[in-house]
Amino acid sequence: MQLTQLLRNSVGRKLIMAVSGLLVTGFVVSHLLGNLALFAGQEAFNLYAAQLQQLGPLLWLFRLGLAGTLLLHVFFGIWLTLQNRAAKPTGYAINRIRSTNLAAKTMVFTGMALLLFLIGHLLHFTFRRIGLPPELAHDAGGTLDVFDMVTLSFQQGFPVLLYAGAMLALFLHLGHGLGSALQTLGACNDKFLPGVRKGGFIVALALLLGYVSIPVLTFFGFVTP
Amino acid sequence: MNLTLHVWRQKGPEDRGRLERYAARNIDPELSFLEMLDQLNGELIREGREPIVFDHDCREGICGACSQVINGEAHGPQAETTVCQLYMRQFQDGDEIYVEPWRARAFPVIKDLVVDRSALDRLIEAGGYISVGTGGVPDANAILVPGEAAETAMDAAECIGCGACVAACPNGSAMLFVAAKIAHLASLPQGRPEASRRVCSMTDAMGREGFGNCSNHYECEAACPKGISVKFIAQLNREYLKTLPKAATSKAP
Ligand code: HEM
Ligand code: FES
Repeated sequence: MQLTQLLRNSVGRKLIMAVSGLLVTGFVVSHLLGNLALFAGQEAFNLYAAQLQQLGPLLWLFRLGLAGTLLLHVFFGIWLTLQNRAAKPTGYAINRIRSTNLAAKTMVFTGMALLLFLIGHLLHFTFRRIGLPPELAHDAGGTLDVFDMVTLSFQQGFPVLLYAGAMLALFLHLGHGLGSALQTLGACNDKFLPGVRKGGFIVALALLLGYVSIPVLTFFGFVTP
Repeated sequence: MNLTLHVWRQKGPEDRGRLERYAARNIDPELSFLEMLDQLNGELIREGREPIVFDHDCREGICGACSQVINGEAHGPQAETTVCQLYMRQFQDGDEIYVEPWRARAFPVIKDLVVDRSALDRLIEAGGYISVGTGGVPDANAILVPGEAAETAMDAAECIGCGACVAACPNGSAMLFVAAKIAHLASLPQGRPEASRRVCSMTDAMGREGFGNCSNHYECEAACPKGISVKFIAQLNREYLKTLPKAATSKAP
């Protein structure tokens, strides 16, 4: 037996999905905690952003690791889904669902929606190529005020809707994914099994509310540039 | 009671197959679902038509041969009940009932409602043997089995291998079946010596046989006539995880 068996084996590939998914979820949680600094005001948020930038090469190492993990997740997610489709070539005339749900059945679609969102989000706030409001001023050195960038962006309706929709996809993806990942890692037994599924949904809901609060509260004027 | 049946008819593996409509008249609610089909088949034979072909053997819910998807549910609407143990009193006069074979790439249709489930046998084969001493009858308590382990193993061993889990799974995965076999043997001291080889080769075989991957929809557990819990899937996953440290340090064969 060798570690390459992990790639050949259904359970091995599921484990890669689960571990990569949870690692990216770890980032998603910490990203939210950082972003909530927005509610502490302009100074606090800009300080947080500046400190992140000061990490320098460490930040890039982290970004590359995260991107690699996500790519692994996407690759295996699509592969697993294609195999699963092929394993069920014909359906039934009558379909009755007894246990599964919308979130579980749309994993690959909510996943791809998240990937598209991620690309847009990077172009928006990281590379600053799209969606920046015209009134956003650069200073002489070409740097801009991160707090202003975020809050001015979210005074426009379209970005707010887009971000809210993406977070709904995140909620669905993690609503099934978190419980599923713990099951794949073997964490479920008689005692934990019912709680794990519910717990996953609750964590996903908390992430939804946390993330959506930023654009929505800004849009309705609770955070002002 | 009188019923309208829509039954999957397929002449053979190459035939495309179609749902056909039948009127089942004067059905006694005390008949089992299979007896209802027997009665309908009697009428079809008298009319000189091909009877509906379906699998069955024990007709007492223990052999796992009966295999029909009734109104979209493997083994029909009653929880933890095989088709042979499903009674017509579960239905209402005038009901329309759809009867289809198990659907999965690993289970090709042979004829009408009969599918080829030998892929499950090959999964069992992949599991291999357990080491036991041969010779005289062993002493009763030579191997001590903790009560809890015995209970767990018995719960898993309830699986009758009918394939409803595969039929109900949106991914056509045999994970619950394999999990039941793995948990059954891995929970007992007699199953430990080969446990790590067994979990790897059985889960490898799932892919070879064309079964899908488990994505935790848990439709299998809801369809299982023996109520096998998906906690055994977690146990399978744990057994697989345990093999990884060894796999990481071993050289290529
Ligand atoms: C923010 C980004 C993402 C996070 C936090 C995330 C997280 C997760 C988690 C925790 C799981 C559960 C793993 C398991 O069931 O074992 C999962 C499953 C899945 N993810 Fe993602 N994911 C993300 C992006 C994506 C993307 C971009 C795709 C693109 C296709 C994707 C496709 C899938 C699929 C298909 C599954 C289901 C696997 C299965 O059911 O076996 N995910 N994800
Ligand atoms: S015929 Fe044996 S279980 Fe139904």
